[in-house]
Amino acid sequence: MLKNYFKIAIAVLKRRKFFTFISLFGISFTLAIIILVATFLDYVLSAGYPDTNRNRELYVSHMQLNSSKNHSQYNGGPSFYFINRYVTTLKTPEKIAIFSNSSATNSYTNNKKKVNNLRYTNDKFWDVLQFSFTAGKPYGKQQLDNAEKVAVISEETSEAYFTDDAAAVGKYIETDNVQYRIIGVVKSLPFSSNVYADMWVPYTLTKEDLKNTGLMGGYSAILLMSSKDDLDKTREEYDQMVSKVPMQDKQFDQMFTFADSYFQSFIRSMHLAEGTNSGMGIFLSFAGIIVLLFLLLPTLNLVNLNISRIIDRSSEIGVRKAFGASSKTLVYQFVIENLILTFLGGILGVVLSFVIIQVANSSNIMPNMVLSINFNVLFVTLLACVVFGLLSGVYPAWRMSRMHVVTALKAQ
Amino acid sequence: MIRLQNIEKVYRTNTVETMALNSISLNVAKGEFLSIMGPSGCGKSTLLNIIGLLDAPSKGEIKIDDQKTDHMSDKQLANFRNKKLGFIFQSYHLINDLKVLDNVELPLLYRTSSGSERKKLASAALEKVGLSNRVKHFPTQLSGGQKQRVAIARAIVGNPEIILADEPTGNLDSAMGNEIMDILQYLNTTEGATIIMVTHDENMAKRTHRLVRLFDGSQVQ
Ligand SMILES: Nc1ncnc2c1ncn2[C@@H]1O[C@H](COP(=O)(O)OP(=O)(O)OP(=O)(O)O)[C@@H](O)[C@H]1O
Ligand SMILES: [Mg+2]
Repeated sequence: MLKNYFKIAIAVLKRRKFFTFISLFGISFTLAIIILVATFLDYVLSAGYPDTNRNRELYVSHMQLNSSKNHSQYNGGPSFYFINRYVTTLKTPEKIAIFSNSSATNSYTNNKKKVNNLRYTNDKFWDVLQFSFTAGKPYGKQQLDNAEKVAVISEETSEAYFTDDAAAVGKYIETDNVQYRIIGVVKSLPFSSNVYADMWVPYTLTKEDLKNTGLMGGYSAILLMSSKDDLDKTREEYDQMVSKVPMQDKQFDQMFTFADSYFQSFIRSMHLAEGTNSGMGIFLSFAGIIVLLFLLLPTLNLVNLNISRIIDRSSEIGVRKAFGASSKTLVYQFVIENLILTFLGGILGVVLSFVIIQVANSSNIMPNMVLSINFNVLFVTLLACVVFGLLSGVYPAWRMSRMHVVTALKAQ
Repeated sequence: MIRLQNIEKVYRTNTVETMALNSISLNVAKGEFLSIMGPSGCGKSTLLNIIGLLDAPSKGEIKIDDQKTDHMSDKQLANFRNKKLGFIFQSYHLINDLKVLDNVELPLLYRTSSGSERKKLASAALEKVGLSNRVKHFPTQLSGGQKQRVAIARAIVGNPEIILADEPTGNLDSAMGNEIMDILQYLNTTEGATIIMVTHDENMAKRTHRLVRLFDGSQVQ
């Protein structure tokens, strides 16, 4: 039976070359875009250089302060003070990385302006994140405490100033009028990385007043646990710690901050929700709606084409009914035909996105980023295909099957 | 075998009401070869479609094999047609996307039979109509007479007791028409099929056992 559906499906597709082309184009193009977006998100969200321990890490990157008096709400990152004074007191995490938001600094080399993105970090930063050093080494506790003007730079930065990485170590780099001695060079990271920068320096060098006791600021922390099993315990401990933080500022009376998984912190950064609500539900429904809307156009196109084919195929419908196909059987046949079509489109879409990803990887459009399609993404695509096939097949199939036999046989 | 009682068919559109069949009562015995004649628009096709359970009468009752048919569900009707009835149409109604053999196999798709069995039966049916050498062709590569023979093979492949043919020779010249008639006659005499055939051709009608004449929806002979 299935083989026969396949035969007729292929025959119909071959006969209607233009129809097939339009449908396949719509489907494969849409699916390719879904695959690309999913692949990109997958890349951004899953563990990768240099943040390879994501499955046993939690992220502190959000701080919300509320004032119930004048109904105002402030969103931002936690301050250095908050992290240093409270977060680092947590017992469960093995190590805690602290780093600032990146700030653009200017340096002039060979009369050429170069912008260096700079982050202030603690020494544990280099333990929590698995940077690979092409030359030199990171700064340690002593250098941090002594506020030594040292810097770790990315390979890209190194290439901009020096002939090779080894030669860079020990040299000086001046940016925003501060001279840093380069002590290490690391493999460059993709711009999508949560710790992306061109230079990393000890936080003790910042011009900011680190003693400022405001809770909101421009820092983040990554809590690294010795094992995945400690994640929940850390969350609990974190929430307990937060409940004991005094609200020094008269202006605010409520504080929300969390130890999130990477995905959660990613969503929280979109400010979709407030307070204890992580915004996960809103995000997922939004994402679902967008994907559906995105699928809707080619689906409607396919529905339309399918309906216009009903007339072409009325003789076939009549004959099949006359010789014993029930309406249900016909619905089944047409839906399967449509699924075959969408699957062909899906395969083309996978091929198309594969090609695009290969081209993107080799052409350096997205520096230091190597995308690859993974099984989750393929699964999403498969699901999209089925949704596509069903959405666009069921209604026309139902219309076709409802056609009266005599009318179907007469129309020619 | 087939019993029609006071069959009436009325087509209603917004403005007009057409009485396509008016109080038709008819018995067809097993093994009979019956022809239906009458001027265009007198209701021949309508009658045949009602006998074939493709259309429901407005009034009256049809029994086939002593089975009442009026309360059958879509699925039961489909099943019944599949087992008992074989249709031949004036304009063949072959599926152009399928090869001759696949076209002939079609009724067998709607029952439980294996692929090899279907092939065997379809080949046998094609042999009966003398088209064994065209199984791999597509319908568009055949002449009108050949197409109609494929259609006959399709009608008989499931070994139905009743064959309903609506002007099977209507699109063919008389030589071709006679060949088709030969096949139908063979099916009737040798295989014992009950055949009801609509025709405009007196010569074809003469070759059947009995003739029913319709005029304006009523039986006149
Ligand atoms: N779907 C329909 N709606 C309205 N009237 C119809 C419909 N089908 C058939 N009729 C009418 O019913 C009458 C009988 O039609 P039918 O097709 O049975 O004629 P026929 O005897 O087969 O004619 P022909 O020899 O030309 O094939 C005709 O007057 C036709 O106009
Ligand atoms: Mg007719």
